[in-house]
Amino acid sequence: MSAPRPADRPSTPRWRGISFAERMGTVDFRVGARAHITVDAEVCRSCTTRACVTACPANLFTPTADGGILFNYEECFECGTCYMVCNHEGALTWTYPDGGHGVVFHHG
Amino acid sequence: MAEVTEVDAVVVGAGPAGSAAALALARAGRSVVLLERGPFPGSKNVYGGVVYGRVLDGIVPRWWEEVPVERWVVRRSTMLVTPTQSLSVDYRSAAWGEAPYNGMTTLRCHFDAWLAAKATDAGARLVTSTVATGLVRDGTGRVVGVRTDRAGAEVHAPVVIACDGVNSFLAKEAGLLPPAAASHHTLGVKEVLDLPAGAINERFGVQDHEGVDVEILGCTRDIPGGGFLYTNADTVSIGVVVALPQLAASGVRPEELVADLRDHPGIAPLLRGASLREYAAHLIPEGGYDTMPELVSDGLLIAGDAGAMTLAAGLWLEGVNFAIGSGDAAGRAAAGALAAGDCSAAGLASYRADLEGQFVLADHKRLRKAPALVLSERVQQRYPGLLCDLAEGMFTVTNPTPKPGGLRLTRQVAAGHGVRLRQLAGDTLRGLRIFG
Ligand SMILES: Cc1cc2nc3c(=O)[nH]c(=O)nc-3n(C[C@H](O)[C@H](O)[C@H](O)COP(=O)(O)OP(=O)(O)OC[C@H]3O[C@@H](n4cnc5c(N)ncnc54)[C@H](O)[C@@H]3O)c2cc1C
Ligand code: SF4
Ligand code: SF4
Repeated sequence: MSAPRPADRPSTPRWRGISFAERMGTVDFRVGARAHITVDAEVCRSCTTRACVTACPANLFTPTADGGILFNYEECFECGTCYMVCNHEGALTWTYPDGGHGVVFHHG
Repeated sequence: MAEVTEVDAVVVGAGPAGSAAALALARAGRSVVLLERGPFPGSKNVYGGVVYGRVLDGIVPRWWEEVPVERWVVRRSTMLVTPTQSLSVDYRSAAWGEAPYNGMTTLRCHFDAWLAAKATDAGARLVTSTVATGLVRDGTGRVVGVRTDRAGAEVHAPVVIACDGVNSFLAKEAGLLPPAAASHHTLGVKEVLDLPAGAINERFGVQDHEGVDVEILGCTRDIPGGGFLYTNADTVSIGVVVALPQLAASGVRPEELVADLRDHPGIAPLLRGASLREYAAHLIPEGGYDTMPELVSDGLLIAGDAGAMTLAAGLWLEGVNFAIGSGDAAGRAAAGALAAGDCSAAGLASYRADLEGQFVLADHKRLRKAPALVLSERVQQRYPGLLCDLAEGMFTVTNPTPKPGGLRLTRQVAAGHGVRLRQLAGDTLRGLRIFG
């Protein structure tokens, strides 16, 4: 079971045109069975920057009430931003999805 | 035992670099496998964008007669903005609308597939939906192939060309790229918006098949970066490119920056009624010449974004042409090394020399200081507002108060933005030295 999609963030209110879920709904994802990125929420608990929460363009990192991070790999652009900005050793494992799976851009 | 395929060369990544490399090898009569992790070439790739096609002159004669183009760019604008102002330098050229053209807007799923088909037509074997998961080395440490995620199947060859793009895990595994270097990368986020061709023609002042390229500075709040707006046939591409560490520290979501741009008073009227077709994001290796890895080692060549070859020097955002130029050179160097029976680093060394002799490394070397200047605090945070206010001071009629003198106005406006005339002059000179 994968985590539910995070609720729309208040920082992107509807009046900017479109909700975040609608935004991601424009993208074609061929979701693979394997989670190609995993997050160790225990390591994230000690993180003060929360760099991934701000920078992930797909908004896949959601802080939880208990100080951890909820992550869902399914609607990922495979861009690499999260592992580049995270400076906590061991917080993330990052691979590409298995061949043929993951995001498919039609207007890249 | 894993299945092993033996060929003369393996190229990883069917982006522009990989397809150009595979094409050169196939034309030299070599057996070449071109691996692509996406279901088709271009499916994983995102850019602005505009492709500058002249690099294709020597590769596909009269390429403009067959390339999948959206519009030929005949107008190029550079726009400096504050939240309420904009100042544009707009250049239009009739010559850019005729063969051999200058830039074209095109979408990557079309363009990358077209170039990959050139490679397969010449005899390269394209294998899609397959990830190269690592390098295979012989006892001496030299690269002799790649592993894949297809039931562990391996492809062995005396030479591997890594064209696996910005995150190049092959170059990282070879120790040529650092595991992560956020400060050398920018994040591009893009929206493709539906807009009827007729509306594009009217609003941007162009005819069918003619396109516009707009680069925007001053639109990314406190985060170093810039924006872009390109016209396609019946869509427009709008987005921002922002420095990763500062984005991460800003607390501002990337899609908000695109929304800022879309809502800007100088841009919103152009996009009225347009609706989101596709949202996308991708990294850019923006550090330039000084952050490029070694491009050659035993049995291995690196080309395109895997080698940090995007020229992102503010006024320019060119990567596809650099990928094609370097991929083609890598393919030719590999073919030469195969013919000579020596795919060691020494045998492949002609690759680097070739790149230095043509635009790929010559442009990067000349513009090596440009990324730092364009992303500097004054250029990012002060000059767009300063120049907009200068224009406002020049063109606002304040009767009965007489017009201010140019020098006094400049000094006043500069001081208002915390810039001294000496600094302004110094940066102008620095800019002329870097770009001149
Ligand atoms: C927002 C943005 C705007 C840009 N604007 C422009 C522009 O207007 N004009 C311009 O010229 N350039 C632009 N660029 C830069 C340009 O996109 C790149 O320089 C160019 O795509 C590099 O080509 P490449 O072949 O080296 O890499 P890529 O195009 O990234 O191709 C790499 C390929 O390798 C595949 N791959 C990766 N790893 C593996 C693996 N392990 N196994 C199998 N396959 C793999 C990928 O799926 C991909 O197809 C822009 C980039 C961005 C992000
Ligand atoms: S993934 Fe990294 S940046 Fe994100 S919360 Fe965890 S430790 Fe912090
Ligand atoms: S790779 Fe990009 S889209 Fe995917 S989780 Fe990381 S930052 Fe988000």
